[in-house]
Amino acid sequence: MKDRLEALKVEAIGQIKESQELKDLQAVKVAYLGKKGPITEVLKGMGKLSAEERPVIGAYANEVRDSIQQEIDKKQTELENAAILEKLAKETIDVSLPGRPVKQGNAHPLTAVVTEIEDLFLSMGFTIAEGPEVETDYYNFEALNLPKGHPARDMQDSFFITEDLLLRTQTSPVQARTMEKHEGQGPVKIISPGKVYRRDNDDATHSHQFMQIEGLVVDQNVRLSDLKGVLETFAKKMFGDDRKIRLRPSFFPFTEPSVEMDISCFKCSGKGCSICKQTGWIEILGAGMVHPNVLEMAGFDSKKYTGFAFGMGPERIAMLKYGIDDIRHFYANDIRFLKQFKNA
Amino acid sequence: MLISYNWLKEYVNVEISPSELADKITKSGIEVEMVESLNKGISGVVVGYVQECIQHPNADKLRVCKVDVGQGEVSQIVCGAPNVAQGQKVAVAVPGAVLPGNFKIKKAKLRGEESHGMICSLQELGVDTKLVPKEYSTGIFVMPSDAEPGSDALEYLNLNDHVLELGLTPNRADCLNVIGVAYEVAAILEQEVKLPNLTIATIEEKAEDFISVHIDSLEDNPYYGAMIIRDVKIGPSPLWMQNRLMASGIRPINNIVDITNYVLLEYGQPLHAFDYNRLGSKEIVVRRANEGEHILTLDDQDRTLKNTHLVITNGKDPIAVAGVMGGATSEVQNDTTNVLLEAAYFASQRVRAASKDLGLRSEASSRYEKGIDRNRVYAAAMRAAGLMAELAGGKVARGIVEAGKREVNTYSVKMDVSRMNGLLGTEISPEQTGAIFDRLGFSYKEAEGQFEVVVPSRRPDITIEADLIEEVGRIYGYDRIPTTYLLSEARPGGLTKNQSQRRDIRAYLEGAGLYQAVTYALTTPAKSTHFSFSGEKVYPIAVAHPMSEERSTLRMSLLPQLLEVLQYNRNRSMEDIAIYEMGSVFINRQEKLTELPEEYAFVSGAVTGVFNEHLWQGERKTVDFYVLKGILEGLMSELNLSERITYEAGEIENMHPGRTAIVKLDGISVGFVGQLHPALQKELNLKDTYVFELNVTNLLEKETDQMVYQTLPRYPSITRDIALVVDQELPAGDLTTVIQAAGGELLKEVNLFDLYEGEKMEEGKKSLAFSLKYFDPERTLTDEEVVTAHNRVLKSLEERFGAQLRK
Repeated sequence: MKDRLEALKVEAIGQIKESQELKDLQAVKVAYLGKKGPITEVLKGMGKLSAEERPVIGAYANEVRDSIQQEIDKKQTELENAAILEKLAKETIDVSLPGRPVKQGNAHPLTAVVTEIEDLFLSMGFTIAEGPEVETDYYNFEALNLPKGHPARDMQDSFFITEDLLLRTQTSPVQARTMEKHEGQGPVKIISPGKVYRRDNDDATHSHQFMQIEGLVVDQNVRLSDLKGVLETFAKKMFGDDRKIRLRPSFFPFTEPSVEMDISCFKCSGKGCSICKQTGWIEILGAGMVHPNVLEMAGFDSKKYTGFAFGMGPERIAMLKYGIDDIRHFYANDIRFLKQFKNA
Repeated sequence: MLISYNWLKEYVNVEISPSELADKITKSGIEVEMVESLNKGISGVVVGYVQECIQHPNADKLRVCKVDVGQGEVSQIVCGAPNVAQGQKVAVAVPGAVLPGNFKIKKAKLRGEESHGMICSLQELGVDTKLVPKEYSTGIFVMPSDAEPGSDALEYLNLNDHVLELGLTPNRADCLNVIGVAYEVAAILEQEVKLPNLTIATIEEKAEDFISVHIDSLEDNPYYGAMIIRDVKIGPSPLWMQNRLMASGIRPINNIVDITNYVLLEYGQPLHAFDYNRLGSKEIVVRRANEGEHILTLDDQDRTLKNTHLVITNGKDPIAVAGVMGGATSEVQNDTTNVLLEAAYFASQRVRAASKDLGLRSEASSRYEKGIDRNRVYAAAMRAAGLMAELAGGKVARGIVEAGKREVNTYSVKMDVSRMNGLLGTEISPEQTGAIFDRLGFSYKEAEGQFEVVVPSRRPDITIEADLIEEVGRIYGYDRIPTTYLLSEARPGGLTKNQSQRRDIRAYLEGAGLYQAVTYALTTPAKSTHFSFSGEKVYPIAVAHPMSEERSTLRMSLLPQLLEVLQYNRNRSMEDIAIYEMGSVFINRQEKLTELPEEYAFVSGAVTGVFNEHLWQGERKTVDFYVLKGILEGLMSELNLSERITYEAGEIENMHPGRTAIVKLDGISVGFVGQLHPALQKELNLKDTYVFELNVTNLLEKETDQMVYQTLPRYPSITRDIALVVDQELPAGDLTTVIQAAGGELLKEVNLFDLYEGEKMEEGKKSLAFSLKYFDPERTLTDEEVVTAHNRVLKSLEERFGAQLRK
């Protein structure tokens, strides 16, 4: 009987190994281990055996059955894996084909520059002040120490609507309005970005509409050296850590002393190149200590309070930063231009 | 302002190079925009003496000259200039010489005649044609007879000089002259200023015997001085003077005119020389022009004057427009012998008015406009009279005939050193401060850091303490001011809610596939009113003096400009565009604008052509209404406004009447979305274009609910689908509204998932399928509850719209 079992085992394992598909294997299983299978038959005939032989043969029969079962399981896993691999092979796609585009626009380069500057000053504790683009003569000029007939009004030939109303020529009226709201109480710490308008013919370097960002700090004990500190932080963040700044005396009606800030050229690091016109320095912004008249007109005691203000042009900064050669690109909105500023 | 380096050195000791000087001037406050070398790469140009000059045998227009070029060497040079002649001293570029533009001179044969070099015109030496004296403008330049053959011609012509171009801010009109710049340079370099000697010899006769002066209004003309210079001989001015004028951008004319221009550049004082014999009277009367009065100015133009202009008259007729230009009748001419020299102070408004109206801007008028030094008028007159005596052989009559006050008193300004250090962040001592005022040439009294500074009349820009602080600061050096950080208490910065929501809107729209555009606020009058949705009567806001019709009127909508952007791109073959803009629009409800117009932040978008595209999968979807509506729905969800927004069919000018929805917030119109009117699309040559416009100011001014977390459902929901047959024109939104109302508390979601209009439907009907989701966060719903609610829905739909379940 043992020989019979041994023969069945060899025969069954042979068939298992030859099985090519899961259903063949299933047939082998039924044929050998099923209720009508030969091993069951063997076990049924155990009664004829002696009491000594019975447990031995019984154990052997179970052993044979287990090893057949094991072989089946092993083969089954094998076949299943092969089937999966075959299925996966059939599912193969060309991963080099382009993906489905996700619609994604981006900010205008001027907005990108303005936002970057805003964020920098927000992190230094500034808030953003905004004001109307149509202004009164008072806020646009008079409150900023530019009385009627002042020669500096010539510098900014303006779009007047009526004798008293005009398109603002600068964002400074926002400073005057903000200071007025503070009713003589510091501190004031704002930046004011926005659009401004001047009667210029549009060409590569002029635009009748452009953007400005101005900053204003009014408090007790505000010094020109503090302005230097703020501007240096700005220059390094905006144009790189190794930038140096230089203040040159200048003139603006609403500040005294007035300065212009140059940064060391980021292209040539001061050696002289076409960007810095061989000087090593690039003019970035105008600034100064708020003129006492401006403080007084806005209701601040100029004996007690001092302040600084600065102003810059996002167009100029964007042109420098990205190497844009014509200011009109910003307002033509050629989609091929706009798309270039995905990472701006 | 152009400043000759060599001329400047006459008044102040400068031992550094022009570029070093420029750098120092720039750092102290006056921007030197350019340092130009007058020697534009020239070498090898010497003085030559034309010994002989004969006609070229083979060419009508050429001469063959024998020229002594020094050291006994005589060269044959062929010259084409019409004015070359024997006995002239000329500038000769000898073989091996280099002229501007790296033009090398070689020996040559011209029509068979040897030519060893070239006789030069001033233009060939790099001088601008419009500065070359007229008699030499088409030929060679003839040098003074004392020029030494063989010596460097550039020295004679002052072409080894450098010119500094100053970019002056309006407060520094004091540097519109060489002496003014000398004071600035003296302060920077710690040097003294050397002024010209003003003592002049006069004749017995008095000026007042020749002329009287009367001023109508001292406000228009605070001072007028007249001097008489007799027996002048008109001729060219000396070469050194001509050179300095040319270096400063002024063309030499004759000795008398050149002297007035020279003193103008030197002292900043405009002067005018009249031909005394042609005045037509013996009096000068300064008055306002009569409205419509005429004058022939010395550029031979007939000018019509206004009452705001000031004129110099001979008691009857105008002989000059004050501070702007002289008249032709009294102009100095070649036969002039007696000169009336005018040195006056005219009010800047009068000069500006005439200069602007007549379109005449001159060196003189611009100086009057910016303000001249009142206390230098007399000195300038003396200087010019002296030069006329010296260089034109004139005899100066004794005295000056004056009206008005010759000088004004100076004033002083106080400055506190500790306040100065407080403003600058420096620690400058009173001693250092005093030393700086000394350098500036400001006199002062000082006690314990309190300065009282007398402001020189050349610096009227200094009126308050801060002005003095700036003077000290800039001479001390801004590079020596330390870098510090604000002492004030730290306060949080940050955006307002409105500001951060506007940023969110931009970020959302960009994420949805739209590119941001920035356009002009000024448009045409016609376009300014397009797409108006406010409903009320509005008036366009026009600027008074536009640069063009295209940019004359403020926008009330962002869309006309966005459509221009689409057209711009379309003209460059880019037809699939999705853009948006956020910007201000200006609404005026007053017929006459008397106060600030209403300003709103708008956000608008325009999408044309293909919006979704995946080429190899064959997907290419053009934009439609629902693309834009979907973008707006997402935006409203972003702003937590979804539940309060409705979209109602409506009509807007220039929009497709059947494909436009008015967007309402709490029932009030805040914008619209839809397709452009096909007629407009055709006019603009655009493919189907969909747009939206929202009033962001109105959208964000409403309070929104604080966002509150909703418990996640712990109990299952039950979904029921219904397909309804309704009239074709019934808006699906109406059905949704009724379903939501009828479903009650338990109905949490309604989604439209199918629309069918077609052959299988009865004429005039359509089928809409909705999916309704019921659940209760607190418990499991029973079938019965859902059936009750669902039946309520069906009943309402039938009652309201006669909606039938589709079979």
